[in-house]
Amino acid sequence: MSGFGNALSSSIGRKYVMGVTGIFLILFLIVHAGINSLIFLDDNGLTFNVGAHFMATNWIIRAGEYVLFLGLLVHIYQAINLTIQNKKARPQTYAVYNGSANSKWYSRSMGLLGTLLLIFLVIHLKDFWVVSRFTGIPTVDANGHEDLYAVMREKFHDPVRVAAYVLLMISLCYHLLHGFASAFQTMGWNHSKYNGIIKGASVWYSIIISILFALMPIAVYTGLIN
Amino acid sequence: MSTGNMNLTLKVWRQKNNNTKGALVDYKLAGISPDMSFLEMFDVLNEDLITKGEEPVVFDHDCREGICGMCSMFINGRPHGPKDLVTTCQLHMRSFKDGDTIVVEPWRAAAFPVVKDLTVDRSAFDRVIAAGGFISVNTGNAQDANSLPIPKMQADAAFEAAACIGCGACVATCKNASAMLFVSAKISQLALLPQGQPERYRRVQSMVAQMDAEGFGNCTNTGACEAECPKGISLENIARMNRDFASAKFVSEETI
Repeated sequence: MSGFGNALSSSIGRKYVMGVTGIFLILFLIVHAGINSLIFLDDNGLTFNVGAHFMATNWIIRAGEYVLFLGLLVHIYQAINLTIQNKKARPQTYAVYNGSANSKWYSRSMGLLGTLLLIFLVIHLKDFWVVSRFTGIPTVDANGHEDLYAVMREKFHDPVRVAAYVLLMISLCYHLLHGFASAFQTMGWNHSKYNGIIKGASVWYSIIISILFALMPIAVYTGLIN
Repeated sequence: MSTGNMNLTLKVWRQKNNNTKGALVDYKLAGISPDMSFLEMFDVLNEDLITKGEEPVVFDHDCREGICGMCSMFINGRPHGPKDLVTTCQLHMRSFKDGDTIVVEPWRAAAFPVVKDLTVDRSAFDRVIAAGGFISVNTGNAQDANSLPIPKMQADAAFEAAACIGCGACVATCKNASAMLFVSAKISQLALLPQGQPERYRRVQSMVAQMDAEGFGNCTNTGACEAECPKGISLENIARMNRDFASAKFVSEETI
């Protein structure tokens, strides 16, 4: 037995794939949340539209988009694969299983939280990505850039969509809360001098990212920003 | 000594063998001393069953002092019951209340088939050990112990990993029936010491391959194994195994 394929198809190799793609998606969320936070400048989306325009036209970003989708698909594929294997590893379940006595509920519910996020992702891509890439953004702003901000305002006019976005950000928060620290453990980065920092960063990252994203539909809907 | 004997209702998994379906069976027990161990309570039940001419409940046990790793009951949804850092034989009935209903099931994992009632076949663990959980030493005179200096921290960490008694509570409690805590402890106890170095990267590859072949699940880092381990084996061992595995597969030129 030899070769990288063999390594990656082992139980630890699969963990590595989940961890590496997970960290990649974690980094992507920082970029995504950062650029979207430009709407909080409250300048009618002018700066945000510049950012969106850059992301849509820069060739490095365009190439990166393929890598992003690839990472996402691998993460999802591997998760399904692992879940099937894990179910097979315990064909007969317990009559009584007290999971809360030894682990956090969200660490045991990554599949459920991830599925919710996948449903969200489909809605989210249809709302914005399909519009900006394929069907076209109808209006331009004062600077002559495509007005993605206007699309955002229109979409977040719907209270049901706003509620759904906010609720699903809670599921994102818990998914990250386990996933962030878990990725480090998977990579073997468990060290008494750094564990506190990893745990702290994990909590702060998850909460800040989720709140930032949740604030966007709330701010637009309530008119907190114009 | 505690006072006041207890009346209990037990729901015990009864299964004739691996080819038949099992079920939980109710038993009423009266006059159980709070100072009995959980296994002694089962002895009382079994004597009762034998007197009545029924089949006693089959369960694994040996040393009854928490070091052999034989006892293996899943009690009220937790391996070795509600107390931390104890095996079932070290669990006393005073940890329960008079009138309690206690559900007792065997370890459940595809890699641990039920032999009978509460006894499961844990030889999958033996095969993982046989795959690489050893050091090869040439015969000859024993070396002077001080000729291989080992830092105290390193020795302690190896000793802590070696405390694993191979009971399988980690597999039993893991929602994925993963054996990574066990395998990582058996890898770490050798990887941390100089004697384990020559075979270090071969060992991790062989033992992980055997673990996968046995049909254990995958680790999702819930930490349930560490919380339930009667010997307090740390998740650091799993991280060390992951590191060693990556080194073996992506850095070392040795392949198995």
